[in-house]
Amino acid sequence: MSRLSRLGAATRYTIIGFGAVAGVLLVVFLWVVLGPGPTDFAGGERVALSAYHGADPTGVPPELARASLVRRGEYLARAADCQACHTAKGGVPYAGGLAFVLPFGTLYSVNITPDKDTGIGSFSDAAFLNALHKGVDDKGVPLYPAMPYASYTGMTDADALAIKAYLFSLKPVHAEVPDNTLFFPFNQRWLMSVWSFLFNPDRRFEPNTQRSAQWNRGAYLAEAMAHCGECHTPRNLAFALDNRSKFSGAVQTGWRAYNITSDRDSGVGAWRDGELAQYLASGHAEGRGTAAGPMGEAVAASFRYLTQGDIAAMVAYLRTVPAVASSDLPAPKVSPAPASHRQGVAAGYDAQGKAIFAGACASCHDWTGVSALSRFATLTGARAVNDPTATNVAQIVISGEVRGTPHGKVFMPSFGHAFSDTEVAAVANYVTARFGARASSITAREVSTLRQAE
Amino acid sequence: MAKLNINGQHRDVDVSDDTPLLWVLRDVLGLTGTKFGCGIAQCGACTVHVDGKAVRSCLLPVGAIDNRAVTTIEAVGATPAGARVQKAWLDLEVVQCGYCQSGQIMSASALLAMTPHPDDSDIDAAMAGNICRCGTYVRIRAAIKKAAGAQSA
Amino acid sequence: MTVQASSVSPRGLSRRTLLLTGAAAGGGLLLGFHVPQARAAVSNTANGPQADAGPFAPNAFIRIDRESRITLIIPQVEMGQGVYTALSMILAEELDAAFDRVAVEAAPPSDALYANPIFGIQVTGNSNSVRAFWTRLRQAGAGARAMLVQAAAAEWKVDPASCGAEASVVIHPPTGRKLAYGALADAAAKLTAPANPSLKQPKDFKLIGKPFKRLDTPEKVNGKALYGIDMLPPGVTFATIAASPVFGGKVAHVDDAAAKAVAGVRQIVVLDDFVAVVGDHMWAAKQGLDALAITWNDGPNAHVDSAQIWNDIRAASEHEGVVAKVAGDAKKALADGGAIEAHYELPFLAHAPMEPINCTVHVRPDACEVWVGTQVNSRAQAIAAKLTGLPLDKVIVHNQLIGGGFGRRLEVDGIEKAVRVAQKVDGPVKVVWTREEDIRHDIYRPVYYDRITATLKDGRIDGWKHRITGSAVIARWLPPAFQKGIDIDAVDSAIDIPYDIPHLRVEYVRHEPPAVPTGFWRGVGPNNNVFAIESFIDELAQKAGKDPVAFRRAMLARKMPRLDAALELAARKAGWGKALPPRTGRGVAVQVSFGSFIATVAEVEVDTDGEVHVRRITSAVDTGIAVNPDTVIAQLQGGLIFGLTAALYGEITIARGRVQQGNFNDYRMLRIDQAPAIEVHLIKSGEAPGGIGETGTTAAAPAVRNAILAATGIALRRLPFDREVLAGRKKA
Ligand code: FES
Ligand code: FES
Repeated sequence: MSRLSRLGAATRYTIIGFGAVAGVLLVVFLWVVLGPGPTDFAGGERVALSAYHGADPTGVPPELARASLVRRGEYLARAADCQACHTAKGGVPYAGGLAFVLPFGTLYSVNITPDKDTGIGSFSDAAFLNALHKGVDDKGVPLYPAMPYASYTGMTDADALAIKAYLFSLKPVHAEVPDNTLFFPFNQRWLMSVWSFLFNPDRRFEPNTQRSAQWNRGAYLAEAMAHCGECHTPRNLAFALDNRSKFSGAVQTGWRAYNITSDRDSGVGAWRDGELAQYLASGHAEGRGTAAGPMGEAVAASFRYLTQGDIAAMVAYLRTVPAVASSDLPAPKVSPAPASHRQGVAAGYDAQGKAIFAGACASCHDWTGVSALSRFATLTGARAVNDPTATNVAQIVISGEVRGTPHGKVFMPSFGHAFSDTEVAAVANYVTARFGARASSITAREVSTLRQAE
Repeated sequence: MAKLNINGQHRDVDVSDDTPLLWVLRDVLGLTGTKFGCGIAQCGACTVHVDGKAVRSCLLPVGAIDNRAVTTIEAVGATPAGARVQKAWLDLEVVQCGYCQSGQIMSASALLAMTPHPDDSDIDAAMAGNICRCGTYVRIRAAIKKAAGAQSA
Repeated sequence: MTVQASSVSPRGLSRRTLLLTGAAAGGGLLLGFHVPQARAAVSNTANGPQADAGPFAPNAFIRIDRESRITLIIPQVEMGQGVYTALSMILAEELDAAFDRVAVEAAPPSDALYANPIFGIQVTGNSNSVRAFWTRLRQAGAGARAMLVQAAAAEWKVDPASCGAEASVVIHPPTGRKLAYGALADAAAKLTAPANPSLKQPKDFKLIGKPFKRLDTPEKVNGKALYGIDMLPPGVTFATIAASPVFGGKVAHVDDAAAKAVAGVRQIVVLDDFVAVVGDHMWAAKQGLDALAITWNDGPNAHVDSAQIWNDIRAASEHEGVVAKVAGDAKKALADGGAIEAHYELPFLAHAPMEPINCTVHVRPDACEVWVGTQVNSRAQAIAAKLTGLPLDKVIVHNQLIGGGFGRRLEVDGIEKAVRVAQKVDGPVKVVWTREEDIRHDIYRPVYYDRITATLKDGRIDGWKHRITGSAVIARWLPPAFQKGIDIDAVDSAIDIPYDIPHLRVEYVRHEPPAVPTGFWRGVGPNNNVFAIESFIDELAQKAGKDPVAFRRAMLARKMPRLDAALELAARKAGWGKALPPRTGRGVAVQVSFGSFIATVAEVEVDTDGEVHVRRITSAVDTGIAVNPDTVIAQLQGGLIFGLTAALYGEITIARGRVQQGNFNDYRMLRIDQAPAIEVHLIKSGEAPGGIGETGTTAAAPAVRNAILAATGIALRRLPFDREVLAGRKKA
C-alpha cells in the first residue's frame, strides 16, 4: 500500500488537487515562457550579425552613411521612437515624466537628457547599453518593462551608442520626474529581474539568411527599433509579448493598436504596399483613415523621419507576418455614407448621437464621412470607425489629436471636457453606425473607463 | 500662388497652399463678410459655398480648392436661394449683432438649394454647425421655413 | 476734416454712405444710414459733432443740413441690441423727423457730451441705453424741433404755438404754409435752445411703440456691415498674440528662429507679458505664433485651481457680511426655529462673443488712431492716450459695430495690448486674438456663493436672510460707486427682492478669487441673485405645500402688481397646471431686473441619462413703453438662449493657474437643435421704459432649474446643471 493510500481521503484529494493545479500552472508557465521569439515565424536560419554576408541590416540608411555620429544617432533615436515615451504631455522632449497608468499603479518615464543629476548625464557607454539590452539602470536596478528593452535588446552596440551620442548632444534639462506609484508586489523591483530573465533574450539582432536584405532591414527596424509588437502584439499572463498571435492587435493606454497582420479583413492584408508606406510616413492613407492616439504619435515623432527605403523595408517585413484574424473586426466599409442626413443609418438611430454629430462633427467630417476640408479627416474606410467596440472613435472624441505633418498641422479638437460619457458614447455609436461596417454599442460606463486609461 | 474663382471672378493670390481660404478672403482680398469665429470648424461663422456646398473656410486650404467656384456672402444674394434667405432674414428681423449671420445665411441657402422644403430635422442637420451667441435660433428656423415657403409659391 | 474722414475710412469714401431698404410695419421705407466708422473721426473733437453736414447742430445728438438731411449721433454702441434704431426713434419722434431719411452716426469718445447719465461716463451696458437716454434724447429732439418751429414762426410772423411739424417739415395749419427743416437750418442755428422743451404725450407717439425694422440689419445680411475685426486701413498688417497661459505669468525667453522662417511673418514683438507675431495676414501671424518657442515665467499663480477657489469662497461665506439691506427683524424671525437653508454656487464664465477680441491701431509720432468695437468709447481713447503719451484729442477712436459685447467690451485690455503692439510696428496693425486666446484671457463672470435662510409663516415667507459672496466688480471698474463695502451690482435684485417679506436681511461678503480677473457678464449681479432667490422660492413653496405660482403671487400681488400681472399672464400662456408626461415639468421664475418686470415659465424633459431637453419657454414682460417692440422680443429670445447655454454648459475651470477651456469644443454653446420654442408676451404699459438686453439671460437658469425640480424632484443648487446628478449617478 502506497503512502498515499494510507492518508485520509480528504487529504488525498487535496494533494491530488494541488498536484493537478501545480501541473496546470507548470504547463501555463512553460507555455508563457517558451513562446516564440518575434521573428521565429519566418523560419529559416538566423546567424549572428558578424557571420552574416548580406548587406548590413543595422545602422543608418545609405543616405546617412557619411553623416556625423550625432546625426546618425538622431535618425536612430527617431527610428526607436525614444521621444514618444520620454516626453511628458506638453513637456520638453526627452526630459521624461510621461505617466503610464497601469492597472497596478503609475509609472513615469525617466529624463534621458544628459543632465547629470536628473537625467542620464553620468551614464557610461556600458551603463547605457545595459539599460537598452538588459533593462537595468546604471546602478544595476532593474527597469520596468514599460521600457521596451526586450525589443531594444536586438539593437547593435554601435547603433545604441550612436543614440547615446545624440542624446548627449541635447541640452541637459534639470527635471525630476515623479516617483512611481506602483503597489505591492509590483513595487518590488527585484521581481523585474525574474521577468527579464524569463522574457528578455538579451541577444542582438540575428539576420535571417533565407530572407532578402530588405526584409532583414525591415525586421531590424520593426523589432529592435520601432518595437511595433510592444503595442500591436497581445500580451500573455506575465505581461510579455505573445508572438503566437504576433501583431494581431492589443489595447494600449486605452487605445486599440489594431491588427497589422496580413489578414485581409481584420488586418492590413488588403492594403497595397503604397498605402502602408504612405500611412507610416504621413499618418494617413487614402481610403484607410488616419493614425491617431499612440500611433499618431509614432508617426509624428518617428516614422515620418524615416527614409523611403526604410519605410519600404518595414512594409516588406510586415507583409510576411502570418495572418491572424480578429474575429471582432469586420472588413472595413469602403463606400462613403449618403450625403443626406436622412439616408444611411436608420432613421431615429441614436438621435442624441446624430444631434451631436450634426453640431460638432459634420462641419468637418461631412455627412458622407469624406471631409471637404482635409483628407486626414475622412472617415470612410478607417479602421477606427469599422471597429464595433468604437474604442478609438471614443478616444479621439475625448482627447482629440494635434499633429505636425509635412503639410502643416492637422488636428481634431478634443470634446472630452464638454461632452458627458453618455454623449461620447452616443456620438461614437452614431459614427460607427453611419460610416462603419457594423454599429458599435459602447456604453457610458466604458467611455468612463477609457477616460481613466488615458 | 493659388488661382481661385471667387464670386465669378478669377483671383490669383500669392499665399502658400496651406493657407485657409478664410484668411485669403478677409485679409488678402478684403472680402470681410466671411467671419472668423473659432478657426476649428465648430462655429460656422466662416461658411462659404464651394460648388454650391456649404464649407467652413477656416480649415479649407486654398491649395485644395482647384478651380471650383467659391461663393461668399457678398455674392450669395445673386443665387435664387440666397436671395430668398436674405429676404426672409429681413422680413423676420433675424439679426442681432449679426456677426454669425453671414455664416448662417450661407448654410441656410446651401440647405435650401439642396432641399427646397426642409423640415425641422433637415434644418437641424444643416444648421447645427452654426453657433449664434446672440441666440437668434428661433428666428433662423422660422426664416428658413419662410424662405422655403416663398420658394414654392 | 473731410480729408481726415477719407484717410480714416478703411475702404475710402465709397463706403461712407449707404442706402438701405427696410420696411416699417406700415409699408416700405428707404433709410439713409451712414456706416458709422466712416464718420466718427469727423466729429471726433472735444467740441463734439461739428457742422460739416449742416449748419444746425442744436445739441450733440442732432445735425441738420440745408437739404434737410438729418444726422442723429447715437451715444450708445450697436452690438445687436438694436440701440441705433431705438435711440434714433426716440430722437426722431420728438424731432418730428422723417424717419425714413435720417442718417445714424456713432458718437465719438467724449464723456462730456455722451456720458451715460446713469454711469456718468460713456458706457453701453447694464441694459440701460434706452432707460438712461430716454429723457435726454426726447429733450434733445423736442428742443431742436422747438427751435425749428420758432424759426418758421418768425419767418411767417405767426405764433409758434399755432405751428406744427411733421416729416421734417414745419407747417402752419391755418394758412397751409410749410417750410422744410433744411430751409430753416440757418435761422434755427441762431436761436438758443429752450431749457425745458415740452415733450409729447405717449398717446401722440408716431414712431415709438411701433415695430420698426432695424437700421443695421440690411448690411448684416449681405456681408457689408463692418465690425472692428473687418478694418483694413491702407497698409495694415495682421497680428495675433499669446499671453502667459498662467494668469499673471511673464515672458521668460522666446526662440523665434522657426517663426521667422514662416512665409509671411514680418515681425515678432516680445513684450513683458505677451508676445505678438505680425504678418501679411492672420494665417501667417498664427503660423508664426505656433512656431515660436516661448518659455514663460509662471509667477505666483501656477498653483491656483478651481477646487481651491471653491473652498475659499465657501469659507469666506461663513463670515458675516456687510449689511446691504434690512427690513423688520430678520435675525429674530430666523431664530424662531424651523429655518430652512440652502446654498447656491455659480461658476466662472467666459463671454465668448462671436467676434473674438480685436483692435486695429496706427500709432504715429503725432497721433494715434484706433479702430475697435467698444462699449466704453472714452476709456478706449484714454488708454491709448496714456500708453502713447499723446493728448486725448490726438487719439481718434473709430467705434465699430460689435459682434457681441455681453460685457466683454466694457474692458479695454484688448485695446491696451493692441496699442502696445502698434507702438512697435510701422503702420497700422490689426491685432486679432484667436478664439483660444479670447477664452483663456477673458475677464470672467465671477464665481458666486449664496447662502439663503428663511422661515415660513401661514404659507408665506416670514424671515429671509441672503448672504451673497463674490467679487466686487464695481470696486475695480467704477471705484466711486463702490461705497461702504457694498458692490451695488452684486446685490442687485437681492436687496430689491420683489416679494413682500416682513423680516429681511441681505448681506454682502466681498471675496476676490486669486489670480482670475473678473468683470461684467450679460445679466451681471442679477444672474446670481435671481437664480439663488427663485430657486429657493421653489424649495420654500415645496415646504409650504404650495403651488409655485400661487406661492409667489400671494407675496407679489400687493407689493409688485406689475410683476404679478406678468406672472399671471406667463402662467396662463404656458398652460401652467396642465398635466405633463413623466420626467417633464414646468418651472417658473420672476424678476424685477434692469427696470423690467418679467415672468418666465420653462417646460423641460429630463431623460434618464440626465440630459435636459428644454422644450418651451414662455415669458411675459412689462418693460414699460417698448420703444421698438420687436427688438424687445428679440432681446428676450436671445437672452434666454444665452442664459440657457450658461445653465446647461457654462463653466470655466482653472488648473495650475490656467483656464482649461479654449474653444467651442470645450466651452460649449447651445446649438439650434437644442433651442426651445420661445414665446414672449409684451404687456402694454405707459410707464417709462425699462431695460431688456440682459433680462432673458437672468431668467433662463432659474426657470429651467425649477422645471427640473418639478420633473425629477431633484433640487439643483449649482450651475451648470450636473447631468450626472440628474442621471442619479452622483449626489446633488
Ligand atoms: S471660424 Fe470656421 S467654423 Fe468657426
Ligand atoms: S447675431 Fe450675434 S452671434 Fe448671431
